[in-house]
Amino acid sequence: MIPAPFDYVRADSYDAAAAALGEHGDEAKLLAGGQSLLPLMKLRLATPAVVVDVSRARDLAYVRDDGGVLAIGALTRHCDVARSADVTAHAPLLAHAAGSVGDPQVRHRGTVGGSVAHADPSADIPTALLALGASYVVRGPGGTREVSAADFSTGFLETVLAPDELLVEIRVPSARGEAWGYEKFTRRAIDWATVAVAVQKRGGETSVALANMGSTVLRAAATEAALASGAGAADAAAHADEGTEPAADVTASAEFRRHLARVLTKRALVAAGR
Amino acid sequence: MNLTVTVNGTAHTVDVEDRTLLVHLLRDHLDLTATNIGCDTTSCGACTVLLDGESVKSCTVLAASVDGQSVTTLEGLAEGERWHRVQEGFRSKHGLQCGFCTPGMVMAAVSLLDENPSPTADQVRQGLEGNLCRCTGYHNIVAAVLDAAAAKPVTS
Ligand SMILES: Cc1cc2nc3c(=O)[nH]c(=O)nc-3n(C[C@H](O)[C@H](O)[C@H](O)COP(=O)(O)OP(=O)(O)OC[C@H]3O[C@@H](n4cnc5c(N)ncnc54)[C@H](O)[C@@H]3O)c2cc1C
Ligand code: FES
Ligand code: FES
Repeated sequence: MIPAPFDYVRADSYDAAAAALGEHGDEAKLLAGGQSLLPLMKLRLATPAVVVDVSRARDLAYVRDDGGVLAIGALTRHCDVARSADVTAHAPLLAHAAGSVGDPQVRHRGTVGGSVAHADPSADIPTALLALGASYVVRGPGGTREVSAADFSTGFLETVLAPDELLVEIRVPSARGEAWGYEKFTRRAIDWATVAVAVQKRGGETSVALANMGSTVLRAAATEAALASGAGAADAAAHADEGTEPAADVTASAEFRRHLARVLTKRALVAAGR
Repeated sequence: MNLTVTVNGTAHTVDVEDRTLLVHLLRDHLDLTATNIGCDTTSCGACTVLLDGESVKSCTVLAASVDGQSVTTLEGLAEGERWHRVQEGFRSKHGLQCGFCTPGMVMAAVSLLDENPSPTADQVRQGLEGNLCRCTGYHNIVAAVLDAAAAKPVTS
């Protein structure tokens, strides 16, 4: 299988990518690690006329400790996030989630920004970032804006990104020393989550994020409220699927997903010491 | 487009369609057919090669993206008559049956040992999660990689 014909443009910096997007408008598609886009193009589910390859935009690949905030360039690969000393220190939940994406080959190409921009509700990275209270820096001809992880995805594979905008940076408030948990259920080793749950404690508060329980990644609001009013892990986890609308597909029925959300939430809370 | 890629130590300049995938560059343009195409959907790892030393699935990388970079395929592992220690491990532990997955499995194992020179059996299984084998049940593949890890790397 090969993609439909397209024109290839190499953009090795933010400026080059912005110029290419400016020139080609919504004919163009950014290619980061290509681990979601190329499979779609090979199946002809995506047929961009122009591919703007930012996989080697080094100015967008970094991990920096910005004084209490971890700043991660959008083009940083999953493998580099997983083994970064800064990420491991300030957001071990994210390092763990990056290490559970796909397989080593996918992690050697795929980027955290590509994962966020793709907005697959079953993806590990956006789920961890939602629990961590991250925000996303978006840049385009109109300037730079910062969007919270909670507001970024507007539906299945849909985001607030305009066609001429790039996700440039992910900002994660440091969670150094705070407890966390991540539970992912898959049918096969390298799969996306059938359901996954990310738990991040911060001070007295506990955030719980769910993968694949709706058209976007979600907060388990009822569980969080129960925890805030003093419920233990088992009682709070019993509410994990409240208000969600999980899909049914070949890997699981909606009812099984609800069951998984409750069980995995309890395990993740226990792992985080709740 | 015109691109220059160093494959197994030799620089090649080739003119390919923009949409060419790395695996087709290797197999169809450079006649390096050790790298197999299995699933063609990024699942099986049969097409695994090293890009600047790290394992990637060459059915899911554009040839254009690796312009100026360095690729290693199974053909590039041995030094003359001397096999790479991972190849030697697969031979001595009989880490294959039909052999279809083997080129990708070997390249994934080389990358794994580069990142983790002394893996446990469990880490080998995890590290090869992107490679499917329909024959062996994996047992001898894990033994082969552990055998390679225990062998001294050949320094040239
Ligand atoms: C076999 C396999 C298994 C996988 N398993 C998992 C898994 O278990 N968990 C998981 O979470 N994911 C999984 N993935 C997906 C993987 O995480 C991808 O790497 C990720 O979804 C996309 O990142 P990328 O850099 O490859 O983006 P690409 O595929 O290059 O791009 C994806 C989309 O994002 C857009 N985009 C990319 N970067 C930017 C940017 N900076 N600004 C704006 N738009 C941008 C592109 O235009 C495209 O629409 C798997 C993939 C494969 C092939
Ligand atoms: S052929 Fe590339 S992963 Fe199967
Ligand atoms: S030896 Fe036959 S697929 Fe692995």
